[in-house]
Parts: sequence; C-alpha cells; structure tokens
Amino acid sequence: MSEETKKPAPAGKKKFELDERLKAYKGVWVFIEHERGAIHPVSLELLGEGRKLADMLGVELTGVVMGPPGETTRSFCQEAFYHGADLCYLIEDPLLQDYRNEPYTKGLTDLVNKYQPEILFLGATTLGRDLAGSVATTLKTGLTADCTELNIDLDVRSLLASRPTFGGSLLCTIQTLNYRPQMATVRPRVMAMPERDATRNGRIIEDTLGMIESSIITKVLEFIPDEMQDKPQLPFADIIVAGGRGMKKPENFKLIWELAQVLGAEVGATRPVVQAGWVELDRQVGQSGKTVRPKLYIAVGISGAIQHRVGMDASDVIIAINNDPNAPIFDFAHYGIVGNAMTILPALTEAFKAHLATARKAG
Amino acid sequence: MHIVVCIKQVPDSAQIRVHPVTNTIMRQGVPTIVNPYDLYALEEALRLKDEYGARVTVLTMGPPMAEAALRKAISYGADDAVLVTDRIFAGSDTLATSYALAAAIQQISKDIPVDLVFTGKQTIDGDTAQVGPGVAKRLEMQLLTYVSKIRSLDTDRQEIVVERRSEGGVQVLKTKIPSLITVLEGNNEMRFATMANMFRAARYPVKIWNKDAAGIEDPTKTGLKGSPTVVSKVFAPTPRATKAEIIQCESNEPKDLSVTLLAKMFTKFPNIEKELLKRSA
Repeated sequence: MSEETKKPAPAGKKKFELDERLKAYKGVWVFIEHERGAIHPVSLELLGEGRKLADMLGVELTGVVMGPPGETTRSFCQEAFYHGADLCYLIEDPLLQDYRNEPYTKGLTDLVNKYQPEILFLGATTLGRDLAGSVATTLKTGLTADCTELNIDLDVRSLLASRPTFGGSLLCTIQTLNYRPQMATVRPRVMAMPERDATRNGRIIEDTLGMIESSIITKVLEFIPDEMQDKPQLPFADIIVAGGRGMKKPENFKLIWELAQVLGAEVGATRPVVQAGWVELDRQVGQSGKTVRPKLYIAVGISGAIQHRVGMDASDVIIAINNDPNAPIFDFAHYGIVGNAMTILPALTEAFKAHLATARKAG
Repeated sequence: MHIVVCIKQVPDSAQIRVHPVTNTIMRQGVPTIVNPYDLYALEEALRLKDEYGARVTVLTMGPPMAEAALRKAISYGADDAVLVTDRIFAGSDTLATSYALAAAIQQISKDIPVDLVFTGKQTIDGDTAQVGPGVAKRLEMQLLTYVSKIRSLDTDRQEIVVERRSEGGVQVLKTKIPSLITVLEGNNEMRFATMANMFRAARYPVKIWNKDAAGIEDPTKTGLKGSPTVVSKVFAPTPRATKAEIIQCESNEPKDLSVTLLAKMFTKFPNIEKELLKRSA
C-alpha cells in the first residue's frame, strides 16, 4: 500500500482556489511617491513592510517610479533599492512633472496590466488616495484604505490587510480573494522606516507613458507651497504632549502647552478636542488625524480609545495621566499616573524643568 | 448647471460603543447624522447655486431610513433628492458602491445633464476616501480631490479652476466640466435651514429608486457579490503584554509622583533623557 492512500482526507474548510488567470500575478509593488524632488517617507516605510511580505511569498519587491525625465527621478530608483526593492519600473515623461490624476492613473494601470503584481501598496496621502481609488476602479479590483497591519495568509497567498473599523472601535481584516492585484494604502508613520543599506542594488526596467499633453484635460496653473515654519510637523516629532477631553476646559489646555515648551515638544490632541476648536486640525492624533511615532508621548486626560491608540501606539515610551484607573490607556502606556491632570501637569512640568537643569549642570 | 451632491447617512461614531464581552458593536440607540464632510460639499454646491444659478440634487445610497439625510439636505436648500435603496446593495464595498452611485448619476443625467458631482472628502464611518475617485472613473469625469476652494467657474467655456490640497502645498488646477470634486472640510460653514425649506423638506417627494429605477445593468457588480474585498475577521486590538506601571510613592503628592516617574523613566530609558537634554541645550 502506498503512502498516499493511507493519508486521511483533509479536514476543515474547503481550500480557496485562485482563478487560473490570476495565478500569473506575482510580486509585491510599492508606488514611490515624490513631490518637489524628494521621496515621500511613507513610500520608504512601505518598502520596509513590502520587503517582509515579498520574502514570505518568495517573490521580488518592486518600486514604481514615475516622474519627469532627469537625474532626480532616476535617483528615486536607487533610494528604493537602498530601502529594500529588487527592481524598479520607471516611467519618465515631462507630462509627469506635477501630480495629475489622469497621466498617473494611466501609467500605473498600464504597468499593472503589463507586469501583473499580486500586491500593490500606496501611501494614504492626498496623492496616494487620489491615485489608489482611481487605479483600483479602473482595474476593478479591491482596495483597502489606511491599513495598520499587513500580513499574508500563506495557504491561499492572500494579503491580510487590517484596519480600524466602526469609527475606530475595532479592527477588521480585509482580504481581496479572487481579484488581482490586491491593493492597500497605509498612512505615513504607521510602518517603521527600514534601515537604509547603500550597498544594495537593483534592476531598472523602463517603460513609456504614451500620452500627449493635449489629451490631458486637467492643467496645473500653479503650486503654492505651505509656509512650513507655521505648520506643526506632528508625524515626525520626537516628543509629543497630547491632551484629551479630560482637560475639561479650553483654558486648561495651556498646561499642555507649558509642558510642551519645557520639553521642546509638539502639542497633540484627540478628535473631540479638535472638534471643540481648542486646537487646530493639524494637531489631531489618531485614525482620522495624524499617525505619530515619537520617542516620548505624554497623554493627558486621554482615555485611550482605539481611534486614538492606532495613531500613537508605536511611540517608544508612553506616559499616561488620567483620573480613571480603568481607562484603556493604562493597558498600553508604559507609565501611568492616576490623578487629576490639572494638579499633576504643573508638577510634572516643574519636575522636568528641575531635572533637566540639574542634569545639564552635571553634564 | 446641474450639481449632484453625494451624501451618506452615518452613525454618529462618537456614540458607538463596543460590547465589552462579545466585542460586537452595539448599534441600538446610536443616532445617525449626515456625514459631516458631506455638508461641506453640499454647502459648496449651494454657494455655486447662489452665485451662478444651479440645480442641486442630493443623492444617497443606503437603507430606507437614509431618506432622513436627504430631507435634511432639502431643508438646507437642495432642489431634488434621490435615494437609491435595494437589498441587493447590502454589503457593498467601495468599488460596488461607486458602481451603483455612478449608475444613479447617469439616470439623473437623463432628465437634466449633470455638470458637477460633489462629495465629501471621506465618510467618518468608513474613512476610505475611495468612493469619490471610483465614481469619477466610472463616469469618465475629471477628478479633483481634496478641493479647498473653487476659484472660478466659467459655464460658457465649461471650465472650472480649483485649489486642491496636496502634500506640502496647494495645487491650482483648471479643468473641464463635467468633473467630480471631493470637498475638503473647514472651508465653509453650513447655512441654517430656512423655515420655508424646512416645510418643503417635510413634504418633499424624495425619489426612491430600486436597482431597476437606478439603472443598474449588472446586479452582480453590486452588494457583496460585486465587492472584491471581504471582511474576514473583526477583532479587538491585542492588549500589550504588560500594562502601564502605575507610579505611586509614599506621599502621592503630584510633585513626588512626578519626580518618581522621571527617575524611573530615565533609568530605564536613558535615551529619552539624552533627547530632552539635546533639545533644551
């Protein structure tokens, strides 16, 4: 009797079989976003995550670079290799000088149809969301927005894209089973930045856009850059002091600003606080605001609902101050003080001030 | 000029609670509202109506109760309202939703051609920002997302100039209509409903379309069947292995608690102290 015949029939659920024509789709792609001569960091973060998934699947990691002809655009391919890509598809065309939906959608869609990746990631930026929605609809495939975790179900070679759901109260895992590519967007700072390895190299495969300017209906008249010095740069701040509804009154929020000033920190806030108009929209941390990864995050009067947690969970050290000992924030903070924020905050500000003054003298 | 504004009725997410034991959503008694971002789109459409003269039609896809959201829009000054509702739409993801909405807009266009479609930048329940781009692609309209300002509209030349928020700045774009615009929050404030419009809204015969009336040619492109994405699992976030170390000391005075906290933290994480010294140096 041969071994085969003795094997028991496989138990459990029916195994999912991918449509034959979709089996040709192979590889993990990351769209390399850039504006005004620099790669958006979210694309490099996605390369780091994409590398892990490509290794799990045993396939190549590919960057897609589109831009105007020139050294700068080419150098983005090199950066992609340094951050984990094996290969880059490159489309250089003067029509790609500024981001416009039409030519970028055509370029990316054509590449997907030609080279057939199984997974395609984009940053959940204003550019990435505009492009991802258009490309997914054109390709008639699935797209999962703002993922916070990415994984692979190796049994069916399927992307497991997890994201907050129901207004952020829970997480859900979304799969795109019988469609390819499987598309997802991830917001800046959700994934860790991979190490830059300048010894890595890769191949460039060039392609063409095949469009002329007169066929593109939307024209860019001008670009007005932001005045950077005035805008809070929360996603890249190393120290953040954030306040929530527990601060009770807008006047109390000045205690947050005072501690932030002593620490040289950015000020963050929860959605209710922003909606109440206590601080500007750019300071909102969480699912519908910014994702941050500071070295130190001080959460004051913040209960720690999942909407907020997904935006700051990756902080190296989290200090929580809250008068409710059962607040969920104490389940994932590193240090907690249970008590009235209005009395603890000034004391904490003084303690930091005194400690830093002493340490500076000693140093 | 005919503007269609796509709106959505959403649960007031601030009031959603999760059952502590079963981890399921407790929907009972959660009030519904018009997605707040859609109100910016509606107000922008009403302003164009004030300035250039336009017909504003509000459109939603949802359960029968979503009619309330449309009446709200009428009370603010919209002219006409269409509810697309059918059991086969249940479970639609963004791709399937964009198919149904695009079909309905084409149907609306048969009476009076649609020049502009407005949506909010995203909903507060799904938060995906994917339906607007999807509808634009299906209708082959020009897509302008995250629009913070409509600079000008030339109805004779069918041209529109807008300011669009992009990474690091504002793009000023000129395009042809028909186009689809997703409107950014915070650039206008919803007007008050007038008494006359409130009366009108109460009596208004909202058009209620099933899949056939909405011109759905291929029902398999809607609902769960037409949705490439499937939710395979819903779960609560995993708790950290260790909970926060709650700082306590003899006196439990704010001052002593703070000093204890810093001593503990700087011992275990000396790099934090270094970082703070570096920035205050």
